[in-house]
Amino acid sequence: MCGIVGLFLKNPALEERLGQLTAAMLEVMSERGPDSAGFAVYQSAAGGKIKLTLRAETHCDFEALARDLGAVLDSDVAICRNDDHAVLSLDPALEAVARQEISRLSPRLHVMSVGSAMELYKGVGAPAAVADRFGLAAMTGTHAIGHTRMATESAVTIAGSHPFSTGADQCLVHNGSLSNHNDIRRRLRREGLTFETENDSEVAAGYLSWRLSQGAKLDEALTEALSELDGFYTFVVGTKSGFGVLRDPVACKPAVMAETDDYVAFGSEYRALVDLPGIEDAHLFEPEPQRVYFWERQS
Amino acid sequence: MNTMFQTHNVDLATASLRELHTQLYAADAETASWQISNPRGRHSIAAGLNAPLRVTVKGHVGYYAAGMNQLASVLIAGNAGTGVAENMMSGTVRVLGNASQAAGATGQGGLLVIDGDAGARCGISMKGIDIVVRGSVGHMSAFMAQSGNLVVCGDAGDALGDSIYEARLFVRGAVKSLGADCEKKEMTETDRIILAGLLAKAEIADMDPSDFTLYGSARRLYHFHVDNAASY
Repeated sequence: MCGIVGLFLKNPALEERLGQLTAAMLEVMSERGPDSAGFAVYQSAAGGKIKLTLRAETHCDFEALARDLGAVLDSDVAICRNDDHAVLSLDPALEAVARQEISRLSPRLHVMSVGSAMELYKGVGAPAAVADRFGLAAMTGTHAIGHTRMATESAVTIAGSHPFSTGADQCLVHNGSLSNHNDIRRRLRREGLTFETENDSEVAAGYLSWRLSQGAKLDEALTEALSELDGFYTFVVGTKSGFGVLRDPVACKPAVMAETDDYVAFGSEYRALVDLPGIEDAHLFEPEPQRVYFWERQS
Repeated sequence: MNTMFQTHNVDLATASLRELHTQLYAADAETASWQISNPRGRHSIAAGLNAPLRVTVKGHVGYYAAGMNQLASVLIAGNAGTGVAENMMSGTVRVLGNASQAAGATGQGGLLVIDGDAGARCGISMKGIDIVVRGSVGHMSAFMAQSGNLVVCGDAGDALGDSIYEARLFVRGAVKSLGADCEKKEMTETDRIILAGLLAKAEIADMDPSDFTLYGSARRLYHFHVDNAASY
């Protein structure tokens, strides 16, 4: 089991409430995934910067790290600490050097995600506690994807919790299990991708990132995933401006969606959606198996 | 003794599921009906009833609503999640909206009516239940069905009646594909009477039994035969 929630806003007036709505949805899905939780929130960085979300395994003086990094890069590096995570904002041209310097300065830091909009937070523990710890309810943005995990294929660790990000502004959450992930991982490694874990869901994320890097659009990559990935899955994926949903042909992993003029929402169960504004009049549906669902922001 | 007909209201915004069920299980079936409000997609609402109660749930319910029902008449004025009326023994369950996967799964008796669509695996392993769906059903419906009747006024998804033992599957619309060992059957007068009776019981008056096609078991998989190995 696992729980997935996702909220993709169409109406900018709701952006102030993105975190609050997502946190409530995530908490309702605790029974489906009580051991760990994570979420990605999309909020465009100011001034053309990119954001690196970092996670420290042990105590880290993030402010000192930002100062050291700024000195090495000879550039402004802003940091916003959030519990054991922190978001670095810097010039996109410096990403590669920054990554090298981060691993040199502080080897026990993990770069969770990179992107011009996405921030990624994960923690072990009850979903409500994880959301509280990072202050999800106060976050704003355009879309968010969250996951509550009941580990089945690998250990209860932060590394094994979702979402997985394998490309800039890309994330994936998964309910299910893949049976050919070792094979696909080997193939993707030959294509130059690197993987942080032995987790099957990371392979799905990597596969989509690889297809996107080859020029495919998200909906095309999802269509190709249908013939490449074997196993049980309900995926919800996010990109900087897009939000996609895919279920395997058997579709035994649950999914309910609600669409209004203001948003598209995903829940593993309807009860995750009950407090969304205007849910009474929303178009409620279960995504069909093997059908790619995809929404893109126009801006 | 008070023989006045009473309506009891239970608001799940304030009452717990256990409080609701404690009252339902102790209720005097003859004199009371029950209105349950604010279900908010919660699981197992009105499951395990074992008396001729009349229960209305006002809103969408989660998993296993009215599961294992015996004798009671349960109306769900909303959508139902996975496994509505699963393993029902008798009584009636009606869903005014849509039902998710495995509606009426393993049901042994009674009548399940879904006014909207049902998702995948509707009537999976049904063992005597009657299921009437006014809309369409998803893939793998009536998978391993053993007995009972499934009436679909709309279309059926892929692999209808896969590995069916017995059971009548009446479909008015298109069948995307038939599962292993499920085949089209000639509808006899007996079948037609059964279908007309089910439509009447489901209060569906605008469907003509002669517009339906009957599907059932080809009975080729009852015993292992090496030529059928690919179908098992």
